Amino acid sequence: MSIPSFEVNLPSSETSEFSSQVHRLRDMWRLVTLNRKVAFGLGILVFFVLVAIFGPIILTKDPNAFSPDILSPPSATHWLGTTQTGQDVFLQVVVGTRVSLLLGFITGLVATIISVVVGLAGGYFGGVIDDVLSMVTNVFLVLPGLPLAIVLAAFLPYKGPLTIGFVTVITGWSWGARVLRSQTLSMRSREFVEASKASGESSMRIIFFEILPNEIAIVAAELLGTIIYAILAETGLEYLGLGDVTTVSWGTMFYWAGNNDAILLGAWWWILPPGLCIAVLGAGLAFINFGIDEIANPRLRKEPGPKVDKISKTREVAA
Amino acid sequence: MNIENMGANSPFIALNDDAVSIPLPPAVLEAIHLRKYFPLRQFKLSGPRKVVHAAEDTSLALYPGRALALVGESGSGKTTMARMLARLYEPTSGTILFRGEPVKGNGRNALKDYHHHVQLVFQDPFSSLNPVHDVRYHLKRPLRLHGHARTATEETEEILALLNRVSLSPAEQFIRKFPHQLSGGQRQRVAIARALAAKPEVLLADEPVSMLDVSIRLDVLNLLLRLKDEEQLALLFITHDIASARYFAEDTLVMYAGQTVEGGPSEEVIQRPRHPYTQLLISAAPDPDRLGPDGKGSVTLPARGEIPSLINPPGGCRFHPRCPHAMPVCSERFPKRTELGGGHWAHCFLYGDGEANPASYKPIAVTPSRSSEGRGKGESGNHASPEVEIQGNAALPSDVSAEG
Amino acid sequence: MTSIRPGEDSTATTNKLLEINNISVDYYAASGTVHALNDVSISLERGKILGLAGESGSGKSTLAYAITRLLHPPAVITGGEVLYYPRSSGGREQQRTPRRAITRVPTRPDTTPAPTDAESAGDGNQRGRERSGYQAQNSPGDITEPVDILQLTAAQLRTFRWSELAIVFQSAMNALNPVLNIGAQITDVLRTHRPSMGADSRRQRALELLRLVGIAPDRIRSYPHELSGGMRQRAIIAIALALAPELIIMDEPTTALDVVVQREILELVRALCREFGMALIFITHDLSLLLEIADEIAIMYAGRIVETATNQELLRQPRHPYSYGLLNSFPSLHGPRRKMTGIPGSPPDLRAVPAGCAFHPRCPMAFEACSRSIPMLRASTAETPEQLVACHLYDPRFNSGEIPTSEDFAAKYEANFEAMIGKRRE
Repeated sequence: MSIPSFEVNLPSSETSEFSSQVHRLRDMWRLVTLNRKVAFGLGILVFFVLVAIFGPIILTKDPNAFSPDILSPPSATHWLGTTQTGQDVFLQVVVGTRVSLLLGFITGLVATIISVVVGLAGGYFGGVIDDVLSMVTNVFLVLPGLPLAIVLAAFLPYKGPLTIGFVTVITGWSWGARVLRSQTLSMRSREFVEASKASGESSMRIIFFEILPNEIAIVAAELLGTIIYAILAETGLEYLGLGDVTTVSWGTMFYWAGNNDAILLGAWWWILPPGLCIAVLGAGLAFINFGIDEIANPRLRKEPGPKVDKISKTREVAA
Repeated sequence: MNIENMGANSPFIALNDDAVSIPLPPAVLEAIHLRKYFPLRQFKLSGPRKVVHAAEDTSLALYPGRALALVGESGSGKTTMARMLARLYEPTSGTILFRGEPVKGNGRNALKDYHHHVQLVFQDPFSSLNPVHDVRYHLKRPLRLHGHARTATEETEEILALLNRVSLSPAEQFIRKFPHQLSGGQRQRVAIARALAAKPEVLLADEPVSMLDVSIRLDVLNLLLRLKDEEQLALLFITHDIASARYFAEDTLVMYAGQTVEGGPSEEVIQRPRHPYTQLLISAAPDPDRLGPDGKGSVTLPARGEIPSLINPPGGCRFHPRCPHAMPVCSERFPKRTELGGGHWAHCFLYGDGEANPASYKPIAVTPSRSSEGRGKGESGNHASPEVEIQGNAALPSDVSAEG
Repeated sequence: MTSIRPGEDSTATTNKLLEINNISVDYYAASGTVHALNDVSISLERGKILGLAGESGSGKSTLAYAITRLLHPPAVITGGEVLYYPRSSGGREQQRTPRRAITRVPTRPDTTPAPTDAESAGDGNQRGRERSGYQAQNSPGDITEPVDILQLTAAQLRTFRWSELAIVFQSAMNALNPVLNIGAQITDVLRTHRPSMGADSRRQRALELLRLVGIAPDRIRSYPHELSGGMRQRAIIAIALALAPELIIMDEPTTALDVVVQREILELVRALCREFGMALIFITHDLSLLLEIADEIAIMYAGRIVETATNQELLRQPRHPYSYGLLNSFPSLHGPRRKMTGIPGSPPDLRAVPAGCAFHPRCPMAFEACSRSIPMLRASTAETPEQLVACHLYDPRFNSGEIPTSEDFAAKYEANFEAMIGKRRE
C-alpha cells in the first residue's frame, strides 16, 4: 500500500517552477491590465508622461517666442492657435506638461512620504507619540490651503515652484496621515505583528516591512489622490499669479490667458488646451485609483457572470 | 485500539495504573504568582479606576520534554498567561523565572534574548502569517535575528531543515509559497517552524489546532508531540478542549475566570475531577461513549450560569455563584491549594483550606517509567537533576511522593 | 426509523418533510468553475434531527444555503430539486391548548393547521405520530403535494421562509442587529409575517419565546452587546422559533461558544425539537456533537455525501474510510488512551478535486478503481441497507474481496501512520 501522496499535491493550482516574485508580478500585471479602469487610466498617464519627456526634445522651438500672428485660431502653422503675444499655444502646452507634471508628482510624493511616516508612527507606537502626532496632523488638517498660500506667497521673497510646492505639501499630507494612522491601528493588533514582536523584530522593521507592505494599496491610492490635488492646487496658485509667471506651465498659461481676457476676446484655444489636459490627466489618475480599490479589495472585483442559464428558474414547476 | 507495542521513538506514552514517581529535571520556565490587570480607558480624573482582572495569582512550571495543558473557557485567563509568559504583556505582579533566574529588563535586547528561548505559536494560522511575505521570509527573520544563520547559504540550509522537521516536504517547493497558497494545516506548520527557527527551549502553543479542520488536527498535534520528545522542548498547550488535553499533555491545569482551580496529571484530573468547575467541564464535553439506550446522550449539567464579568468579578472563589456546593466562606476568600495526592491538587474549600508552601508551586512528576521498552521521561538524559523533595503538611496521605 | 432513500416516492402517509434530489451548485470564479455540490440527495422526516458533518470544502454550508435559496452569484444552483411536504390542509380551526401556554402561531389560513387537543398531551414523538395518523385518516384528496422550494416565486418564498423554514447562521451572534433590542427583533419578525397580530400579542409571543429559550423576560429590552455569547445564541434561536417553523437549519450554531454553553444550547435545541416536533438540520464539523444529538448523520466530503447512517450505526460501524478517520480524530475523554492518527493530508481544494473518488489520495484503503470512477451513494451491505455509503469497497463490481470492518480500517490507518513516520525519518 502506497503512502498517500498528499504532501506533494499542493492545493494551489500554481506550479512552483517559477520563482514567487515572477509569479506575483505576473498576477499583478494580469490584474492591472484586465481591469479596464486601470488600463484606461494608465494609458492616459503614460501618454502624458511620454509627452512630458519627449515633447520638449522633439519640439525644439522656444514656446515663449513671439510671433506676428496675434490671437489667431488654430491653423496649419499654429496647431492650437496663438496667444496675445503670438506665442504658439501648442508649444506651450507641450512644454508646460513637463513642468506641471514634475511639480505635481514631486510634491505629491513628498506629501505622501510625510503622511506615511507620521501616520504609521502614530498608529504603531500609540501613547504620547500618537497623541502629539495626531495633534499636529489635526492642526494641519484644518489649515485653509488657499488663504495660507496667498499669505505665504505674499511674504516669501521667492516666488516660484518651490513656494508652491512647499505650500501644497503642507496642506496635502495631513489627510493621508489620518487614514494611515487608523489603518495602522487596526493592523497593529493583527497576529502576525504580534508574532514578529515575539520573534524579536525591531519596531522600525515591523512598521516598514510588516505593516507597510499590507497598506501599499492605500498608500498608492493616497499618492495618486495627492498628485491630483497637487496638480490642481498648483494650477490654481499659478493662476493667481503666485508662481513664477515667466516659466511655461499649464497654470501660468491660465494666468496669462486670464490677464489678457482671453475669454472675452473669444480665444477659446488658449484656455481649452491646458484645461483639457488637467481634466484628462486628473480623470486618468482617478481611474487608476478606482482600479486600485478593486484590486486591493477582492470583494469589489466583478467576477465574470455565470455562463449557464439558471436552470432553477427555467424548469417547470413539478408540483 | 489499545497501545500494544510502543516503538522506541513513538511519541505516545503508555499509561498503566501503577504510577511511579521519578525525578524531574529542573523547571525551565516558571510563573510565580502572576497577576495581570488590564486598566480600562476611562475619563476619570480621580477615584478608583476599573480594571479587568484577567489573571489572579497563577503559578505554573514547564519542564523539558513535558507538556502542560492549560484548560479553560473564554475569559479564563489562559491566553493572558501565554502572552505574559511570552513577554508580550508585562505582568502586573509576580515573577517569571527562566532556568531559575528571574527575567528582567524590558529593553529590546533583553526581550530578544528571552525570545531566543521562549517562543509562542498562535491560534489562527490565517492571521499569524503576514500575507505579503513568503515562507522564506517568515523563517529567515528569526534565524537572522537570533544569529542562527549568517550567510545566505546557511540560511537556505536552515530553512530547508526546518521545513523538513515540520514535515512540509518537498521543502524546496514550500520555500517560495505565500500564505494564501497554503492550506490551514500547512500554515500552522510554517508558524511552528518559525517558532522553532529561534531554537527555543520552551514552546507556548495557544490553541494551535482549534482553527484547523478536524482531520488534520491530530497531524499537527502529533507533530508537536514528536518535537517535544525529539528536542526535549517544554510545551505549554492551551486549549478549551479537555479531551485533547488528555491526549496531548502529561499535566493539566484548569483555570476559571482568571483563577487556577485544579491541576495535576492529566489522567487524574480528567478521570477524577475534584473541583466542581472541572466536573462541569467534563460533563459538558462531547463524549460519544456515553450514548444512552435511546441512542442519544443526554446530559444534565451540574451548574448553570455564565462566566462572570472580569471587571467586577465575584469575591473569593469566582465560581461560587454557579457552584452547586457553594458555602458562605467561598464568597469571602479564595481557598488555598489543597494537595489531593499523586500530584493532584485543587483550590476548593470542599477539600479543605490547605497550607500551601508558597515556594513550591510545582507539579509532580507522576509519569510511570514503566513502558514495555522501559522508556520513561526520566531516562531522557537529565541525570543530574535532584530528587524531588517531600515537603508540606504532615496530614497528607502517606503515599504521596509529592511536594506540598 | 423508516429507511430513507433519495428520490423515494411520497405517499399520503409519509412522514417525510424534505426531499433533496440531485442538487448541484457551482461557483463561477475567474480562475475556473468550482463544483461546490455534486448531485447531493438526502431526505428528512418530520421531527427528526439530521446532522451534516464535514470539513472545509465539504459543501455543507452551501447545501444549507441552497435549500433556503440564499445563494448569491457567483454561486448558482445548476440542477436538482428541493421538495418540501407541507402539512396537509384541513378544516380544523385553531384550538388553544389550555395546559400549555404555548400557542402555535396561525399561518396562512389555507395551509398548515393548528394543533389538536391530542397534541397538547404527551411529547413531540407522540404528536408526530398523531399527525401522521391524522394524515392517514384524511381523504385521498388531501394528499400532501410536495413543493419545490427552488421553484417558488418571490412572493411564495417570502411566505414560506420563516413560517415553514428558519435558518440560524454561522456566527449567529453577528446576525443580530446591534441597534435594536432583542424584543424588537422578535416582534419585527412577527410584524412582517403576521400582520394581523396586534402589538400586545406580539409582545406576549416574544416573552413566550424568550422563556422557551431560557432568557429571563426582563432582558427583552437588552441590546445584543449587553448579552453574553450564549445568550445571543439563544436570542437567535428564539427569533428562529418565532413562527413555529417545521424545519430549522442551524449552521455551526455552537462553534464559537464555550464547551459549557455549547452543551446548554444543544440540550435546549434538542428539547425544543422534541417539544414542537420540529425537524432540524444541524451542520457542524464537530462529529462528536452529532453523535450525541442527531438521529441521522450524513458525512460530506468535497461536495458529495459519502455516508449516511444513524448515529448508533455510525459509531458502531462506520463504513466509509473517511468516516472512520473522522471519528478517530476526536480524542476520547474516558475511553482507553489510544493512539490517534487522524487522517493524513488535508481536504482538497475544490478547484483541483482529485479524479475519481475525491478522498482517494488520503485513503489508506484506496485501490485502482478509486482514482478512475466516482462511487455513488448506495446501500452498504445487504444486512444494513439503510446505511448508505459512497465507496467502491462496498461495490461488488469493483471489490471482490471482503467488506472492511473497523479493525481493518484501524490496521490500515495505523500502518499508514507508521509508514509516514518512517518516511519522515529519512
